[in-house]
Amino acid sequence: MSTIAATRPLPENRISPVFRFAMLLPGGLVTFFLILFALGLVVFLAFRGNDGSLLGVGLTAENFVTVATDPLYWTVTLRSLVIAGLVTLATVVTAYPVAYYLAFHAGRRRNLLLFLVTLPFWTSYLLRVFAWKIVLAYNGVLNSAFIETGLWKEPTLAFLNTPAAVVVTLAHAYAPFAILPIYVALDTIPKSLLEAASDLGARPFTSFRRVVLPNSMPGVLAAALVVFVPTVGDYVTPAMVGGPASTMIGTLIQSQFGKANDWPFGAALSVCVMLVILCVVLVARGADRRFGSRT
Amino acid sequence: MSVRAGTKSDGRWLALYVLGYLVFLYLPVLLIPLFSFNNSIQAAFPLQGFTLEWYRTLYGNPALSGALANSLVIGVIAAFGATLCGITVSYMDLYGRSPLAATISAIARLPILIPGVIVGISLLILVNLIGLGPSRISIVLGHILVALPTTVVVMRSRFAAIPKTIREAALDLGASDWTTFRRVMLPLSAPAVLSAFMLSFLISFDEFIVVFFLAGTEPTLPLYIWSQLRFPRSLPTVMALGTVILIVSFVIAGTAEILRHRGLGAARRNPA
Repeated sequence: MSTIAATRPLPENRISPVFRFAMLLPGGLVTFFLILFALGLVVFLAFRGNDGSLLGVGLTAENFVTVATDPLYWTVTLRSLVIAGLVTLATVVTAYPVAYYLAFHAGRRRNLLLFLVTLPFWTSYLLRVFAWKIVLAYNGVLNSAFIETGLWKEPTLAFLNTPAAVVVTLAHAYAPFAILPIYVALDTIPKSLLEAASDLGARPFTSFRRVVLPNSMPGVLAAALVVFVPTVGDYVTPAMVGGPASTMIGTLIQSQFGKANDWPFGAALSVCVMLVILCVVLVARGADRRFGSRT
Repeated sequence: MSVRAGTKSDGRWLALYVLGYLVFLYLPVLLIPLFSFNNSIQAAFPLQGFTLEWYRTLYGNPALSGALANSLVIGVIAAFGATLCGITVSYMDLYGRSPLAATISAIARLPILIPGVIVGISLLILVNLIGLGPSRISIVLGHILVALPTTVVVMRSRFAAIPKTIREAALDLGASDWTTFRRVMLPLSAPAVLSAFMLSFLISFDEFIVVFFLAGTEPTLPLYIWSQLRFPRSLPTVMALGTVILIVSFVIAGTAEILRHRGLGAARRNPA
């Protein structure tokens, strides 16, 4: 036996170095150069002073001191967290029944429905936000429809340029993100668990609360994360439907690299956002472990 | 679902809810095509009558056709790059047996956890540092990054669905790594490769958040739309353009999804 093992090494062990190098090269370049190095540049720039040059001057924590001491940044960060939190809550709560239906009730329609809920994911984000602009505008769809049906006489300004408009628009734009992770988590719950619950006399609601819900929490957390991350840094939706009262942290970062032209400060804001996201990821990880991760 | 026999009425209520959810998902987007045929500058009820005028304004617009050409070229090149990276990264992650390959695969999926605005500014700093500046090449780099998690996930699930024994048989019969990859594994994943290519093209074609920072003097289609949104008079034209883009997106995404599922289904039906 030992001779056979010696002359026929396992296939896994005979990857040629040239093949390995060629196969790792494209991904390695992109990940190390475009992701890690570029993020490293942001962190580096965050500790520099602004002198109008590309990489700034000196070594300073002044940018972070400004972020920490100026109440404006606390207000905007808090607002971003509240808006992103509400959007996450809304998308996850509304997506859960859809994922539940897909996993347990859809039957033959499952593939078609999965297709329909993921399709908007692949359409232009800009157009989805634009659609809400024409819905909520003063002379827009909602106002004119209400006047047309006689529900009220005067168009209202109350829709557009409010934080609520940002929440609704973002919740709609990121709705498809939430369904898939929850569906996958629900779909992979072993059927034997559900059978055991009903055999042991659990009523449907008890079985849902004690078996299905805890077992689907990893999917819920994953869904919350993929909705929270893009929404907390969004700057397009606040600009399109939010008005001045809905400025988010992404808006501030964008303006530092545009009109305000203070790249080091914008980099410092970005580092703060990444730290916030890191905290959220760690909390989600911890919660995931508590629910007994199956991923 | 024999287990859940007692919950049939729940199913009916849930079905109704899902229907309402789909309406919420599609209704705002479908307003764009609706008002693109409306004979009025305002997107408001009541509808003013049918017109193709707004579609006519799309023709003979040099700024628009320039942006379209840019978007197409950038989309194809970025999709090529992202698909190539997706194939190699996920293949080495599954079969490379090296910590480096696993690390690369993990980092490749990291952009999901970075807001687009930060991806945009980090690349803006990078391309200025290496002297590219905001340009079409910079946009291609940005879009490879944005599409990378998708191509890695699509290719990884496809490679993982191919029974291990097929690759082992090829290697045992004396095929080199390269031959095994090119003649066995790649043809078996052809639908997923095409799907990954189409999806990453679509991501690039529709992408706005990152491209906003990386575009020089030559805008892409989403940037052109953004620039037109300032002018109320051009809203109907934007809606006509948006309708065309939506149709193209639906067709490409639909085909890609069908390809992906057909590929996976075929692999499961013939487990070695």
